[in-house]
Amino acid sequence: MSDQIELRGVTKVFGGGLFERDRNVALEGVSLTVATDRPAITAVAGESGSGKTTLARLLLGVIEPTSGQVLYNGKDLRKMSRDERRQFRREVQPIFQDPFEVYNPFYKIDHIFSVPVAKYQMASSKAEARKLVHGALEMVGLRPQETLGRYPHQLSGGQRQRAMVARALLLKPRVILADEPVSMVDASLRATILESVRRLNRELGISVVYITHDLTTAYQISDNIIVLYKGRIAEAGAVEHVIRDPRHPYTQLLVQSIPQPKPDKRWSAYELEAGTAGRAGSTGCKFADRCPSAMQSCWDTVPPLYQREPHRVASCFMYRDVPIMDGNDVATVFRQPARRGPDAAAAAPVSERA
Amino acid sequence: MTTVAPLHGAGVPATGKPVLEVRDLRVHYDTDVGQVPAVDGASFSLQSGERLALVGESGSGKTTLAMALLRLTRPPGRIVSGEVLLNGQDLLKLDDKEMRGVRLSGIALVQQGAMNSMNPVVRVREQLLDGLYDHGIKLTKVEARERVAQLLTGVGLTPEVADMFPHELSGGMKQRVCIATATSLGPKVIVADEPTSALDVVVQRQVMVTLGRLQAGLHAAVVLVGHDMGLVAQFADTIGVMYAGKLVEVAPVAQIFGRPLHPYTKLLIESLPTLDHKQEKFVGIPGLPPALLDLPPGCVFHPRCPSVMEHCRGLAPGLREEQSRRWVACHLFPGEQVRNA
Repeated sequence: MSDQIELRGVTKVFGGGLFERDRNVALEGVSLTVATDRPAITAVAGESGSGKTTLARLLLGVIEPTSGQVLYNGKDLRKMSRDERRQFRREVQPIFQDPFEVYNPFYKIDHIFSVPVAKYQMASSKAEARKLVHGALEMVGLRPQETLGRYPHQLSGGQRQRAMVARALLLKPRVILADEPVSMVDASLRATILESVRRLNRELGISVVYITHDLTTAYQISDNIIVLYKGRIAEAGAVEHVIRDPRHPYTQLLVQSIPQPKPDKRWSAYELEAGTAGRAGSTGCKFADRCPSAMQSCWDTVPPLYQREPHRVASCFMYRDVPIMDGNDVATVFRQPARRGPDAAAAAPVSERA
Repeated sequence: MTTVAPLHGAGVPATGKPVLEVRDLRVHYDTDVGQVPAVDGASFSLQSGERLALVGESGSGKTTLAMALLRLTRPPGRIVSGEVLLNGQDLLKLDDKEMRGVRLSGIALVQQGAMNSMNPVVRVREQLLDGLYDHGIKLTKVEARERVAQLLTGVGLTPEVADMFPHELSGGMKQRVCIATATSLGPKVIVADEPTSALDVVVQRQVMVTLGRLQAGLHAAVVLVGHDMGLVAQFADTIGVMYAGKLVEVAPVAQIFGRPLHPYTKLLIESLPTLDHKQEKFVGIPGLPPALLDLPPGCVFHPRCPSVMEHCRGLAPGLREEQSRRWVACHLFPGEQVRNA
């Protein structure tokens, strides 16, 4: 079985129990494969309510799908043995959005490092543990003597977030799931944190799933991207295609609305209609109510993924003349990056390290 | 309904009496361990119709400065000294009752996080009318209904929204209601504190275009507080960059992005990711902003500054007019003309 983490036809519904009237379909029939033997950075982008955080939590095994499967190295997360689950928990590491909430204020920063070291018996002596922790901190540009021994409130938001990256790194994971890692840090630190995420991928050969609402940083650090809209994939493929030349009307709207830091490239002066959303039925395309090019078929049928180019699919009837993508995995259109990781030069498969 | 909206500010007349003039404003926070100078001598002026954006990292004092303009500084914060002149009248010298009259009609606020600035148990109609009644405007029932409908359509909402409660509105709709409230008495200055920070990009663009259209219609000046350099580049005419409680550069938007003068501004602009090309490396600004309780001597930016000189460590530079309409606080630009001296 190849090394990968995989969503297979996953649907996640919240609510809708016996006494609840509101059924909220957070994710609908999404399939996605993230290979760990060819480390890439895959962005999952969307607005609030698009299902991107649900997708992250499914991949982490924190929540279970309503239907479909989440597989790690071919094994269903729900059917894993204790040992397999333990290994999964070590090899798939999260970095969360809020660098304030993830810390317990009563413990020093050291706590987030000493627990995993002890739990996974990563070091045989205190000196060895210290060396590991120091190495991880230095990798993300933190000075150990300025970080360890302090309480979370004594560090800045950027330092706390980088400490979380260091903690993820300490466990030598195969996959890092970064859920909006830079949305709460200032501009000057954002670059530093993104750079350390990129180094994890380039130098250590860790696959990264970068979950974000910010298409600019997604474009900058990822190889491939999937754009979610209300729980379904709108467009997916190589990031150069999807962001530089979007095809789905929703992606086009998103890209046009990015406030670029360029006074000479301002938003077009047309005022968009305010809040017509909410009329989309459950039968057709979820974007039909906001779409300038909506046709009758958009209201009746869910558009499949049309593959116009080798490295892009779009779920839109505007492309109904091109082939429908075979199978259910958007990752087949992803562009494979050049080999990365510590032994990339030797061209040895990264899976054989350690 | 698609209308062409003037997205850009009305442009800034070279001369003319400023509508808002801030002189050497100082706001301190009194804490157990000492006084924190959150805003340390800010000076700037705004013409009617001009859009100024205050940018800076968290803790740079931009929100504190904006709140002080409305005299909404709350303890432990305290306006220590300075002048805030609205059409020549110093707001800091008014008594509380007079200040209450100036708010909304003279200078209005669009708050950060619209979701938290509305009363959850009061319908939109009452929230909109509240400010009008407080300013002594008497309306019959019919007039009130018309006025509310007019305010709501003005921000792109349907009049039916008036009968809704805040929880029935989306984030973008709430922010529109807040904009309707803020503009209901035709203020001369609108202070908008990160008005779109919790909204998605598409909604953000809609809300900002609406704010811009109303502001241009009223010919009001705007003080936009933001940390998103992209957003301010889209909206503002003039940018004021704040660092550790000080305004370090004030300049027209094109020059801030095209040819920044202050080393901090330069690094900030360089650290922004773009959509133009993939960057090989992301470079942040090395070091951290200083703790306001323990500011470095001399220029507050000198420990992180790549162009630091010997006298930067001892002498703090003042905000000087380097070129026409460009002010910078840096020893690299030792212009003689000290602003508002």
